[in-house]
Amino acid sequence: MFSALANPARFMAFSRWAAPILGVIAAGLIGAGLWLGLNAPPDYQQGETVKIMFIHVPAAWVAMLAYACLGGASFVSLVFRHARADAAAKAAAPLGAAFTGVALVTGSLWGRPMWGAWWVWGDARLVSVLVLFLLFLGYMALRASIDDEAKGARAAEILALVGLINLPIIKYSVEWWNTLHQGESIMRAGGPALDPVYLMPLLLAGAGYSAAFGALWLERIRAEVWRRRATSLALRVALA
Amino acid sequence: MSVLAVLARRELSLAWARGGGALLAVGFFVAAAVMLPLALGPAPERLAAVSGGVTWVVLSLASLLSLDRMFERDFEDGALDLLALGPLPLEIVAAVKCLAQWTVSGAPLAIAAPVVAVGLGAPVASAAMILAAAGLGGLAFAFLGGTGAALALASRRGGLLIAVVVLPLLTPPVIFGGAAIANFTGGLPWGAALSLLAAYALACVALTPFAMAGACRNAQS
Amino acid sequence: MITALNVEDLALQRGERVLFRHLHMRVAAGEAVALAGSNGAGKTSLLRAVAGFIRPVTGRIAFEGAAGALPSDDARRAGCHLVGHQDGLKPERRARDELLFQARWHGGTASGALNAADRLGLTRLLGLEVRVLSAGQRRRLALARLIASPRPLWLLDEPLAPLDADSRVLLGVIMAEHVATGGLIVAAVHDPLPIVARTVGIAP
Repeated sequence: MFSALANPARFMAFSRWAAPILGVIAAGLIGAGLWLGLNAPPDYQQGETVKIMFIHVPAAWVAMLAYACLGGASFVSLVFRHARADAAAKAAAPLGAAFTGVALVTGSLWGRPMWGAWWVWGDARLVSVLVLFLLFLGYMALRASIDDEAKGARAAEILALVGLINLPIIKYSVEWWNTLHQGESIMRAGGPALDPVYLMPLLLAGAGYSAAFGALWLERIRAEVWRRRATSLALRVALA
Repeated sequence: MSVLAVLARRELSLAWARGGGALLAVGFFVAAAVMLPLALGPAPERLAAVSGGVTWVVLSLASLLSLDRMFERDFEDGALDLLALGPLPLEIVAAVKCLAQWTVSGAPLAIAAPVVAVGLGAPVASAAMILAAAGLGGLAFAFLGGTGAALALASRRGGLLIAVVVLPLLTPPVIFGGAAIANFTGGLPWGAALSLLAAYALACVALTPFAMAGACRNAQS
Repeated sequence: MITALNVEDLALQRGERVLFRHLHMRVAAGEAVALAGSNGAGKTSLLRAVAGFIRPVTGRIAFEGAAGALPSDDARRAGCHLVGHQDGLKPERRARDELLFQARWHGGTASGALNAADRLGLTRLLGLEVRVLSAGQRRRLALARLIASPRPLWLLDEPLAPLDADSRVLLGVIMAEHVATGGLIVAAVHDPLPIVARTVGIAP
C-alpha cells in the first residue's frame, strides 16, 4: 500500500476520496459510541462522570497513535528521503498536539469530581500524556524555527525518532514513578476487565477517533502537498 | 599524541572557555537553589522535604545552560567542516564534545549538588548518593542536551529552543535520579532507581551521538 | 591516495533552485582547476559537494587512487583539504594552538606545523590570540594546514581574496609545488590563479 501511495498522483487521487469517506465513518462511529456511552448506566463508583471517559480515553489513544505515525513517517522520510513522508510527518504533529490537548482538558474535567482537584499528579497516564504534549510542542517549535525547509524537515525527523525511542521509556518511567494509580484496565493481559456496557462504546469511539485522525491527517497532507506545489510554482515564475 | 587526544584537548579547552568555565553553570545552580528558601520561607522541615527534588530539577536546568554554543560556534566559524574532514567520524567528535561538556560543567555541578542539597536540609548521609546520581544524570543531560544543541543548529534561536526540545526528553533521568535520592533519604531501597539512571545515561552515551552527527550533517548540507 | 577526481553529470540544488546540471569535470594528479562563474553560480556549492557536505541531485563524484576507485568517505577523510570563506579558527585561542590542532587533526605533525608557519611568515604571530590577527593573517594561518598536513586534494574557496600581493605570490609558489608533486587543486576564483590552471566554467 505504501509503494502505491508513494506515487504523488495516485496519492492525491486516493486521498481525495479516502479523506471524506473516513470522515463520514468517523462521524458515524463517534456518534454511535457517544450515544451508547451517554445512555450507559452510571458507574457505581464514578457516577455520571464515567462518561467523560468516552471522550478522554480515545483522545489519549489517538494522541499516541499520532506520535507513532509521526515517528513512522519521519523514519521513512529519513531513510528513503521521500517528500510525501515528510509532508505526512509535518501534518501529523499539530493533530497529535490537538488530540493530546483534548485528552488533557477532559482528563482534568474528569479529575475534578473524582479527586476534587483539576490536576492530580497521581494519575500516571495523564502525566504521560502531558509529556507527550510537550514532545509535540518541541517538534513543532524546532520545525518552525528553521527557515530552510529541507533542513528543518530533517532536523525534525531526527528529533521525532529520538522521541519515538524515548516514548516507551518515558511512559514506563512515569508509570514506575507512580504506581499508585489504577492499572491499565483495557489492555490488561487475559482480556478486558471493563464492563461490556462501557467497553463497547469506548471501542466504537476509539475506532471513530482513529478514523477522524486518518481523515484529518490525509486532508492536512493534501494541503501540504498543494502548498509545496504553489511555493515551487511561485519560485519558478519569479525566476523565469 | 593520538588524534583522539588532540581532539579531546581542544574540546576541553573550548568547553572551558565557552561557559566561563564551571563557574557559570555552578553559579546559576547555586543562585537558583537560593531562590527556593526565599520563595518557600525558612521553615527547615518544609525545605528538607523538597531539598533532594529541588536540587535535582535545578541541576538539570543548570546542565542545559551552557549547551547552546556547543556546536553552534564550530558551525558558524567553519570548524565543523574541518572536524567532518578529519580522521574520526562525526559521531565520535560529537561524543567527545559531550564528554568535554560533562567534564567542564557536569562534574563541577555534581560536586556542588550535595552541598546545595545539604544546605537546603537534606541529611548529610545522602551526600554520596546525590553525588553519584548527579554525576550519572549529568551524563544523560549532556548527551541529550547536545542532541538538542545539534538539532537547533540550523535555527534562528538557540538556547530557548534547545530547552523546549530537550526538557520533555529529560523526563526519565529526572524521574530515576529524583527517585534514587528520595528513596535513599526515606530509607527505602534505592538500587533499582540508581541502576535505571545509570542504564539510561549509558544508553544516551551510546545512541545520541548518531542523532548529533546526523543533525550536524544536516546543518552543514 | 587520491590520484584523480571525477565529477560526472553532476547537478546541484540549493533549496528549490537548481544551480547547474550536467557538469563534467576530471582533475588528475598534477592538475589545477580554476572554477569560474558569476556570484551564486554554485562554485562554493561544488567545492562543498566534492568535500561531501552537499548531496548531488543527480550524477556522481568519485575519487580514484593508484589502485583504482577509492571509497568516497575514506578519500575525503584522508585525502582532502577544504579551505573556505570561514577559516574555522577560534578567536579566543592562540594562533599556535589553533594551527597545531588543525595540522594534527588532518594527520600532520607539530614540527610540520611550525615549518608551515615559518614558510607563511607566521612564526612571530603564533603567540597571539587569533582575534587580534588581520583577515589576511588569519587566511594565511588557515592555509598553513595545507603544508603542515600533506593531503593530495586541495579544495580552495577564494583563497586569494584577503591576501596581499606578496602573500599571493607565495601562495602561487606553494600551489605550484603541490601540483608538481602530484597534488590536485580545485579553486573557486574571481581573479586568475597565480599558477597555470585549467578553467572550468560553472553556469546554469
